[in-house]
Order: sequence, then C-alpha cells, then structure tokens
Amino acid sequence: MQRNLNHTKICVIEKVIDETPTVRTLIFSDDVMSSVLPGQFAMVWIPGINELPMSVMIAQESGKAAFTVRKHGPASTGLFNVKVGQQIGVRGPYGNSFDLKQGKLLLVGGGTGLVPMMRLLTHIKPNDDVTVLIGAKSKNEVFFEDLANDLLKNNPHRVIITTDDGTYGEKGFVTSMVEKLVNETRFDGIYTCGPEIMMYKTVQLAHSRGLFVQASLERMMKCGVGICGSCCVGEDLVCKDGTVFDGDHLILNMEFGHFHRNKAGILENY
Amino acid sequence: MEPSLVTSIGKIQLEKPAMLASGILGISLDVFNRLYRSGAGAVVSKSLSTEPWDGYPNPTIFGINGGGWINAVGLSNPGAPNFAKMIEPNKDVPIIISLVGSIPEDFSTMIKQFKNSKVIAYELNLSCPHVAKVGLEVGDDPDLVKKIVSTVKNSTHVPVIAKVGLGTTHYLNTVSAAVDSGIDAITAINTIRAIAIDVETQRPILSNKFGGLSGTPIKPIALRCVYEISSKYDIPIIGCGGISTWEDAIEFILAGASAIQIGSAIGDNWIHVFNDINNGILQYMKRKGYSKINEMIGLAKKS
Ligand SMILES: Cc1cc2nc3c(=O)[nH]c(=O)nc-3n(C[C@H](O)[C@H](O)[C@H](O)COP(=O)(O)OP(=O)(O)OC[C@H]3O[C@@H](n4cnc5c(N)ncnc54)[C@H](O)[C@@H]3O)c2cc1C
Ligand SMILES: Cc1cc2nc3c(=O)[nH]c(=O)nc-3n(C[C@H](O)[C@H](O)[C@H](O)COP(=O)(O)O)c2cc1C
Ligand code: FES
Repeated sequence: MQRNLNHTKICVIEKVIDETPTVRTLIFSDDVMSSVLPGQFAMVWIPGINELPMSVMIAQESGKAAFTVRKHGPASTGLFNVKVGQQIGVRGPYGNSFDLKQGKLLLVGGGTGLVPMMRLLTHIKPNDDVTVLIGAKSKNEVFFEDLANDLLKNNPHRVIITTDDGTYGEKGFVTSMVEKLVNETRFDGIYTCGPEIMMYKTVQLAHSRGLFVQASLERMMKCGVGICGSCCVGEDLVCKDGTVFDGDHLILNMEFGHFHRNKAGILENY
Repeated sequence: MEPSLVTSIGKIQLEKPAMLASGILGISLDVFNRLYRSGAGAVVSKSLSTEPWDGYPNPTIFGINGGGWINAVGLSNPGAPNFAKMIEPNKDVPIIISLVGSIPEDFSTMIKQFKNSKVIAYELNLSCPHVAKVGLEVGDDPDLVKKIVSTVKNSTHVPVIAKVGLGTTHYLNTVSAAVDSGIDAITAINTIRAIAIDVETQRPILSNKFGGLSGTPIKPIALRCVYEISSKYDIPIIGCGGISTWEDAIEFILAGASAIQIGSAIGDNWIHVFNDINNGILQYMKRKGYSKINEMIGLAKKS
C-alpha cells in the first residue's frame, strides 16, 4: 500500500549532533523525508509531549534525513532532548519549495532558518556563484558554516558570517550585510529563511532593486494540511500555499513582517 | 436555459449550495474572501466562544490510513468579540457565525457582539465531540437545547441553525427539541468521537486522546442522518460529513439536504473542491434536465 503521508510514521533517532549549546541535529532513516524539496517541512511528533512543524534537514548519507532543532519552549526542548534509539513520528512532507534560479545566488539564513538553505545548496548547479550569509547573535550561536563551505566546495562561493555583537565574522545585523551585498552585486536569485523581521527587510531590499527574492515563512501550525487555518498570513496559508512565497507577493501582504497569530488565532504584533 | 445553483435553506438564500464547514480555515476575513472567490456559497466561522481559547496542544490532527481524519483541535478560536471586530469590514461574503457555549446566556451575549457585522445566519454547535461542557454535552441534553434555542431566537432576527451530531442521546431527540423551539434549519452532522493509537509507541496519538472522526468514512452515516431527519421533520437541512465530490453532494440533496458543507475534503483536495463540486452539480442538472436545486431535494425518498 502506498504510504499515507498524513499518517504519522515512526522513525528511530540514529545519531545526534550538537551544533551549538542550544541547537541539535537529529538524524534518522526515512526515504520520503530524505528526498524532500528545499522549503518543505514535516510535522514532528514527540510522543507524550507535542507535535511541531520542522524544516527537513539534509543528512549526508542517502535514505537518511534530519531535523535541526533549537531548544526554546516545552515542545522544542522535548525534541532537543530525544536520545539515540528513541522514537519520533513524522508526517508530511508538506508545503512547496524554492524556485531555483541560476547564476549569482544569495542565501540569507538566520538560526534554524538555515535548514532549508542547506537543502537548497544540494540543488545548485556547478556554475552557480553562491554567497551564503549566516546571521547569529554571537559566536557560540554560529552553526553550519563548515557544512555550507563543504556543500559549495566545487562552486565559486563565499560564506559570510555576521554576529550582532561582533564576536565572530562581521559585526552587525545580517540585513546591513544584505544591503551592502545587493548594492554591489545584481543577484539572479535571493533566498531567505529565518526570523520574520530579517526576511521582511531582505525582501524589501531585494524587491526595491527589482531582484528575484523568495522567503520561507513560519507560522503557528496545527494541521499542516490546510484544514485548521492557524497558519494564515492574510489570505495565504503557509502550510499549503507556502512555506515559500515570492517577494513581490509578500510585499503586498499586510501581515508579513508585522503580525503573526497566537494559538487562539488572535493577531499579535511581531 | 442554464440551470441555477441558487438554493434556499428556509429564509437563508445562497448563490451556490456548497459552503465551508465550521472549524475549517475559519479565522481570517481574508481567507473567507478567498474561499468565496473559489466558489463557496457561504462560509461558516470556527465555533466561537465568549473568551479566546488556545485549543489542545498538538498533535491535534491525524490522517487515517484508508482516508479520513481524526481531530481534536479543541475549538481553538479568538473569541467572539475579537472575531466580530475582524469581520466588521465584510461586505460581500455570506458569513454564518458558529457559536459554542454552556448556557443560553453565552449564546445571546455573543450574538449581541455581532450587531455591527454582516451575518446571514448563526449556527449553534450542539455537537463537538471532544470538548467538555460544550458541544455534545449540550446537545445531549434536550431541555438545555430547548432553552438555548428559545433564548437565541429571542435575541436575533437572523436565522438560526442547530448543528447536531452523534452523542449519547439519540440525535433525533436533539433535532426534535430544536425544532420544537423554533429553529430555522439543521446542520447534520458533526464529527464522531473516535481515537487513533500508534502501534510502535503504543499510545494514543492525539494529545487529547479522543478526537472527532471526519471525512469519507463518515459519509454514509451523515447521509443516513440527513435522510432520517428529512423523513421525520419538515425543516430545511444542511448536509455535512465526508462530502468531497459532486456525486456526494447530489446524494445529500437527494436525501433531503437544501445545501451542503465541506470540511475535510479541503485537506485532501484543497479549495478547488468548491468549484469542482459546483461544476459537477451543474453538469448533472443539465444532463437530468433540472433547472433548480429544489427540484432535486429529497427525491430519494419518493419510492
Ligand atoms: C514551517 C516551519 C518550519 C520550522 N522549522 C524549524 C526548524 O527546522 N528548527 C527549529 O528549531 N524550529 C523550526 N520551526 C519552529 C518550531 O516549529 C517551533 O515554533 C519552535 O521550536 C518553538 O516551539 P516551542 O513549542 O518549543 O515553543 P513555545 O515556547 O511553546 O512557543 C514559542 C513560540 O513558538 C511558536 N510555536 C509553538 N508551537 C508552534 C507550532 N505548532 N507551530 C508553529 N509555531 C509554534 C509560537 O510562535 C510560540 O509563540 C519551524 C516552524 C515552521 C512553521
Ligand atoms: C479540524 C476540524 C475542526 C473542526 N472544528 C469545528 C468547529 O469548530 N465547530 C463545528 O461545529 N464543527 C467543527 N468541525 C466539524 C466539521 O465542521 C464537520 O462537521 C465535520 O468535519 C464533518 O464534515 P467533513 O467530513 O466534510 O469534514 C471540525 C472538523 C475538523 C476536521
Ligand atoms: S497549519 Fe492548519 S491550515 Fe496550515
């Protein structure tokens, strides 16, 4: 029987990698999750605790996939604490994916928003000239720098790190660096995932210069399949129409960059 | 002449017979507008309570192998006052407001909060199977149903619909109580109490353990309820439960429904489902020579 993608599939954690003191990557075997498109996500069940939307992370071996989780509230902390040999449930994949452009590409990621960026790197063409911009608060929160360099070893590329406090890489907000880069280079494609304020500024900067830009949004998700409505941004449903949206569509959405909805569905300011 | 999809549920007039069921995609006016453009004849809001509710923790929904869903979203909603404010700018969309509460005053209080909003009807949720003190626990008490319906009918001139489901009291007793108290229409049915257990971890999947079963598995049951209600009572009926194709929609109309609601099928086929069903009904009407929906309502009972 064909697998029902909405039916929770149990997977066993095979390996745990500490990325930073608060970020871990959990690796498991699953054919469906190992081959998802960049931007797609899964609903991840931590038995007895909760179920969370998570971007699907790459794992170097074929047939394997991963989640990279930052410990935050009770649910993500539950996932962060899952040990090798323990079971989690996955359903999906859900959502659309980035449109791949060729040429000069800029990827802007913040925190666990880097996860879809890493998967995007596995889809680029050999001649693409790729700039990866990683934003973090400080040095001990930087991760995936080596992985990005490794995935790009056969491409013309650079990986730029910015830290808010200047303890590593360039000092300042990631968006100041985006501004500098888009003023220097006419990128053929810009992709971003991370805190919404960061994506909002990136989209504005790119869009105002007529550059192609796409962002992968995060919203409160309960169903992941377009039934519950909890993930709406204006008239868009992030789980179904997204997670990836074009910049020229987003720029017209009055909620993007300004509001999100809480668990009861009430709009709150960012 | 092109057949017409216009239908009426008592005093409620709809351009098209398929509407959005309560609890599905229902928290933003922008989304309502989009569904209306996609061919929905009306949209029913999430069931609203007097105060905002977060609902249950995830997992709140689960896809059954073989089709259908079990959900325990837990009536998460922004609360009637917030919702009323949000829909005030509405001009075009026929909105039905679904309400949950435990006592008659909950319902009348909320209805007052919608005085500045354009609303074509209220639907009383007497049938949610997975939240204590509201929904089915209310629907299972025919005396309480009578009190609620009478109070609500005294607080508004807008038509009022009762949504029933399968609880511990026979649902026809709930229908009977609602009809006796002057209800304008019945929606049948809500989800049916159910559970899903994961065999590997050996525990229920939903955080609330129990949830409501919806989608294709409940269609024959929902259809039976519509047939039974329309055989026993002279009351307009809105059919709901597992409708995902135009054939399903026609079945409910032939069983006695004046209109239908679509929920789970949106999770399977996305919002194109409204246009697909509308077009399918139109083609069927052409082929069979009907010009109006009401020529088909209840035809399956003729023999
Ligand atoms: C498409 C998508 C992909 C994601 N990918 C990743 C990822 O790869 N790695 C990662 O660490 N995190 C990811 N997240 C965020 C993650 O789902 C949680 O929001 C976050 O881990 C905080 O959860 P918590 O319950 O621990 O926090 P809590 O303390 O319970 O809540 C803090 C905030 O987290 C958010 N949140 C809580 N539950 C949910 C939920 N069910 N859906 C959405 N937001 C929620 C809310 O904004 C809430 O206010 C993703 C979210 C989405 C929507
Ligand atoms: C996720 C979800 C949430 C629901 N929330 C509500 C609700 O708030 N109020 C209500 O009256 N019915 C609610 N229902 C029930 C539906 O309106 C409908 O009666 C039921 O799902 C059967 O129709 P379907 O098979 O087309 O989904 C919900 C159903 C689902 C799947
Ligand atoms: S998460 Fe339920 S509609 Fe998107």
